[in-house]
Amino acid sequence: MSASRRPLPGWVEIGLLPLANIAMAFLVVGVIVEIIGVDPFHALKLLVLGAVGSSESIGYTLYYATNFIFTGLAVAVAFHAGLFNIGGEGQAYIGGLGCGLAVLALDGILPGLLMIPLAILASAVFGAAWAAIPAWMQAWRGSHIVITTIMFNFVASALMVYLMVNVLIAPGSMTPQSRGFAASAAVPSMQAALQWIGIVVAPSALNLSLLLALLACVGVWIFLWHTPWGYGLRTMGHNPEAALYAGTNLKRMTMLAMCLSGALAGGVAVNELLGVHHRLVLDFAAGYGFTGIAVALMGRGHPLGIVLAALLFGALQQGGAELNFEIPKITREMVVVIQGLVILFSGALVHLPRPWLQALFARKG
Amino acid sequence: MEETLTLVVATLAATLRVATPLVLCAMGGLFSEKSGIIDVGLEGKMLMAAFFAAATASLTGSAWAGVGAAILAAEVLALLHGFACITHRGNQVVSGIAINILAMGLTVVLGAAWFGRGGQTPPLAGTERLNPIFFPIAGDNILVYVALLSVPFAWWVIDRTRFGLRLRAVGEVPLAVDAAGISVSWLRYRAVLLCGLFAGLAGAYLSIAQNAGFSRDMTAGQGFIALAAIIFGRWRPVPAFGACLAFGLLDAIAIRLQGVKLPGVGEVPVQLIQAMPYLLTLFLLAGFIGRTVAPKAAGVPYEKEH
Repeated sequence: MSASRRPLPGWVEIGLLPLANIAMAFLVVGVIVEIIGVDPFHALKLLVLGAVGSSESIGYTLYYATNFIFTGLAVAVAFHAGLFNIGGEGQAYIGGLGCGLAVLALDGILPGLLMIPLAILASAVFGAAWAAIPAWMQAWRGSHIVITTIMFNFVASALMVYLMVNVLIAPGSMTPQSRGFAASAAVPSMQAALQWIGIVVAPSALNLSLLLALLACVGVWIFLWHTPWGYGLRTMGHNPEAALYAGTNLKRMTMLAMCLSGALAGGVAVNELLGVHHRLVLDFAAGYGFTGIAVALMGRGHPLGIVLAALLFGALQQGGAELNFEIPKITREMVVVIQGLVILFSGALVHLPRPWLQALFARKG
Repeated sequence: MEETLTLVVATLAATLRVATPLVLCAMGGLFSEKSGIIDVGLEGKMLMAAFFAAATASLTGSAWAGVGAAILAAEVLALLHGFACITHRGNQVVSGIAINILAMGLTVVLGAAWFGRGGQTPPLAGTERLNPIFFPIAGDNILVYVALLSVPFAWWVIDRTRFGLRLRAVGEVPLAVDAAGISVSWLRYRAVLLCGLFAGLAGAYLSIAQNAGFSRDMTAGQGFIALAAIIFGRWRPVPAFGACLAFGLLDAIAIRLQGVKLPGVGEVPVQLIQAMPYLLTLFLLAGFIGRTVAPKAAGVPYEKEH
């Protein structure tokens, strides 16, 4: 064992190894595309063009990336504390409930300057609250957070279907969605914001939530690496006993990490509901929570890495849609396949290429 | 009176129909978890198996070829899980999640490319399906009986054989097994393969016995309910079987209760009953219903010392 954990040079460890992981994932994707009977390089070209070929497609890529930054950060913060939060999906969904309730209750009274921050806060608080229950169960009852957060995803889904169908549905509506939000609760689209400073881009779903996501990245970076709480959180993740010995309250730290994680997941609701749908809808968070796991693993838990990984997955999501339009044989679910493979190769099989890299780069002695 | 009896029998038959994939999946998961390998990927294995069962049955016209393909598909994923978690000591939960997501995507991608029906397989009929044996109305196909037999089988293997003893030991104190000169990896690989076998059968049941074809995401969380049943049964075959039946009954009742007003209570939301298995498991995990005892070494990769 000692042989296979020989240290690699820093740039190989944080640069080349992740790239090797991703390369392996995409190699398998190429094989699958080949099996379907499409030239992988042609597909790749269409995918790249679809993702960044026009200002509209770049807008959509960034809009998807916004969601992935939020859920990626959510998974990463919990991961640094040694907690595997699989419940990002449910937390984002319930965050949307908080967001929707706040707006539906107050959008007639409050101006946008108060309404939007309040709705963002409500998303974060509800997301955090939904994460707090499994956190409490882990800290005080010792129940495994992986299992409980999975269960909470299903409970969140059932709860939301019930509420949307029976309580929050707009009067007279056939589909389960709430009434539209007032204009004061709309996060401005990027197109409108850029036009205001004289830049013209094509309209897309991209809105100013992207800035909030980037702000969250900076916030997480400062919190994790430049505050005593962040230090305690990471210590707990590395070695709970050492953290305990150093005086960290592990129970409270578990609560803090999970609530922060849930609040970050709630950011998806801001991007989707306040930025795009402008009403409460079903399943707006579908898939984003799980992609967050891939993003966090690929970004190695660092905000900068998460932004890069989110951009890649945003491009895949958008490019995949365009690819499906050009080659109907390749469905949008190809992106889901890629996510699965990235989680496999960047997560479970992360050390697979290590021996080869060691043979090439390991320091002597 | 007769009406009540018919209702009871119909509900029980529905319970068994719904519980069959849960039972198969839970017994498979038990083998894996007992050996110390957490299997969050039951859902994905079952989904992949369901797809390949239906696809193969549709192409060959034989339900048995479908069953074979289902087992093969689930075993490939089981081996992948083993390769990541046993050979490479990767994170077992991450590997399981990866398998779930991979299956979710791959079944639709391959299905759409091969059959062009938006991820569905062509509808199956006749010999392409596993048909009921004795009671056509009850839907008692062969896999229902296999599921019923899988419980005593799991109990016997785990509690009464030498392999089972070692399996339990490797899930609790792998070091002791290693010290006794028995390969931890090989034991765990066999456990994971057994898990794949049963998950494969569960998948085949979904697409070529209970339903007449594969539809996207048709497992709909049943792999996780099976996982919940294992926890509920405290990692013991017979109690886990009981939990599967209870969850199956809840589902059968949920279908019956749709839109019915109960005296005194009013209409029970269907969503509440659907969420019941998860809620009950959460209550159990929170320690409100006794304590749970997972195998000690579950989730911990074993590193052999040299």
